[in-house]
Amino acid sequence: MTTSIKSRSSTAAPNFLIQFWQKQAPNILPPAIGILSFLVIWQLISMSGLSRIPGPLSLWTDDRTRTLLLYPFYDRGGLDKGLFWQTLASLIRVAQGYSLAAFVGISVGVIVGTNPLINKALDPIFQFLRMVAPLAWVPIALVALQQNQPAAIFVIFITSVWPILINTAEGVRQIPDDYNNVAKVLQLSRKEYYLNILFPSALPYIFTGLRIAIGLAWLAIIAAEIVMSGIVGIGFFIWDAYQQNYISEILLAVIYIGAVGLLLDRAIAYLQHLIVPAEQK
Amino acid sequence: MISQSSTVQNNPSEAIVLQKSNATSSQLPFLSLENVVKQYGSYTVLQNINLTVQQGEFICLIGHSGCGKSTLLNMVSGFQQPTAGSVLLEGRPIQGPGPDRMVVFQNYALLPWRTVFDNVYLAVNAVYPHKPLKEKRAIVRDHLALVGLSDAADKKPPQISGGMKQRVSIARALAIRPQVLILDEPFGALDAITKEELQEELLTIWNEHRCTVLMITHDIDEALFLADRLVMMTNGPAATIGEIMQIPFERPRDRVQIMEDPKYYQLRNYALEFLYDRFAHDDVA
Repeated sequence: MTTSIKSRSSTAAPNFLIQFWQKQAPNILPPAIGILSFLVIWQLISMSGLSRIPGPLSLWTDDRTRTLLLYPFYDRGGLDKGLFWQTLASLIRVAQGYSLAAFVGISVGVIVGTNPLINKALDPIFQFLRMVAPLAWVPIALVALQQNQPAAIFVIFITSVWPILINTAEGVRQIPDDYNNVAKVLQLSRKEYYLNILFPSALPYIFTGLRIAIGLAWLAIIAAEIVMSGIVGIGFFIWDAYQQNYISEILLAVIYIGAVGLLLDRAIAYLQHLIVPAEQK
Repeated sequence: MISQSSTVQNNPSEAIVLQKSNATSSQLPFLSLENVVKQYGSYTVLQNINLTVQQGEFICLIGHSGCGKSTLLNMVSGFQQPTAGSVLLEGRPIQGPGPDRMVVFQNYALLPWRTVFDNVYLAVNAVYPHKPLKEKRAIVRDHLALVGLSDAADKKPPQISGGMKQRVSIARALAIRPQVLILDEPFGALDAITKEELQEELLTIWNEHRCTVLMITHDIDEALFLADRLVMMTNGPAATIGEIMQIPFERPRDRVQIMEDPKYYQLRNYALEFLYDRFAHDDVA
């Protein structure tokens, strides 16, 4: 009797771990095996000489890349900065362009959504412009704005504004008649209507737009920086590494890009979770 | 209402006081619809609508679906304008929706992102923007208490039942003291027990406030319990008011008492006969 109690209490912690593992194994095991197989196959292909791409192990075996991997915060001035600073520079540009896109996209979206005539007039232009690839905007932006920094921000803006605008307009159009009728019968002021009916009702649509847009904005900055040489940023870092044939550095930068993109998407999803009422999802 | 029982002693045909239009009163009518026609393009929904409503009257409208009952009420609430004829409130034509003719919408139309309290407050604040905050909050609390929802004030509409939602909708409508209360099949989606409860509550509140009520219903018993007059519509297209039935039961009404009254069944059968024989509809189950 006593022994059994003793043994139970002494194995409490491992028991907990085992229970956790039993519960979570189906969620952890398949992706872990998937990623591992992917890395192994990649390593084998690069070792076999089928491709010039170095294998994942080169992140560690290559001296320059290992330095970058271990010291993301170094800063030797100019363009020679650690990956943290490179990523941060790109993120700041995204934040600026994306904020502008959110502001313009939501404002114009509300105007377009509430005015069928304006919607009819402008919709073809929106639909046309949103199909223009981010890279195609780069030369236009450079010509129009002359400088790299504002041009980069413009490219972010113009790439990410369309899904925000179009979704906001759709959200405004989808406001149920019932809510609009309540506003009409109560003769709500414009401000009261926007605050209490329009924005809450369109919020799920607006956030759908914001979430699509953050992904596009991050894609666009990489593309834009590759074309705009000579700036600190993860996009130009890749281009520079390619020019100098440091291929494993590119791999490391790509991992950064993927991770940051994922984090940005999660962040907006979390914001959406916080702000949009549960009953509207 | 003055009971008209003296005129309806034994003769069933006398029991039902029928009028094509009761615009006989010499004083300016409170609400009047005169020769109203409503068309959508070339399709006539309503024609030849003449109805006069006195202040404080409780009117029910009944008719088969598609007969334009909602359209008729929408012209009073101001969401739609008549194609011809006029809808006058205290002699002035109705231009558009306004809080003096508050609507209790068919599917409640509560804002799901605001609490029960805030839903009512939104209306009170919109209609009395200059009243002090304390007073506005007191109005909301009083009206939530009136419909027995004080405890649910901080809940959001998705968390409460259909009957409670309809109570909120009624509280919101009454809180702004409308001259006319318009209800479009308010209890249609509710179960029988909740429905009876809400009918009694509505009647109690109406007894106290005496606003004019226009209400669409599909339920003859509901109309007989609630209304002073029952407006029976003919079938669409080009529907019109077929007959107007005077409901003479004394107020305050007691459901059991009026159902024991032999007049109740005369009136009920008359309305049934109107709806199911004279104006039978294809989709009547």
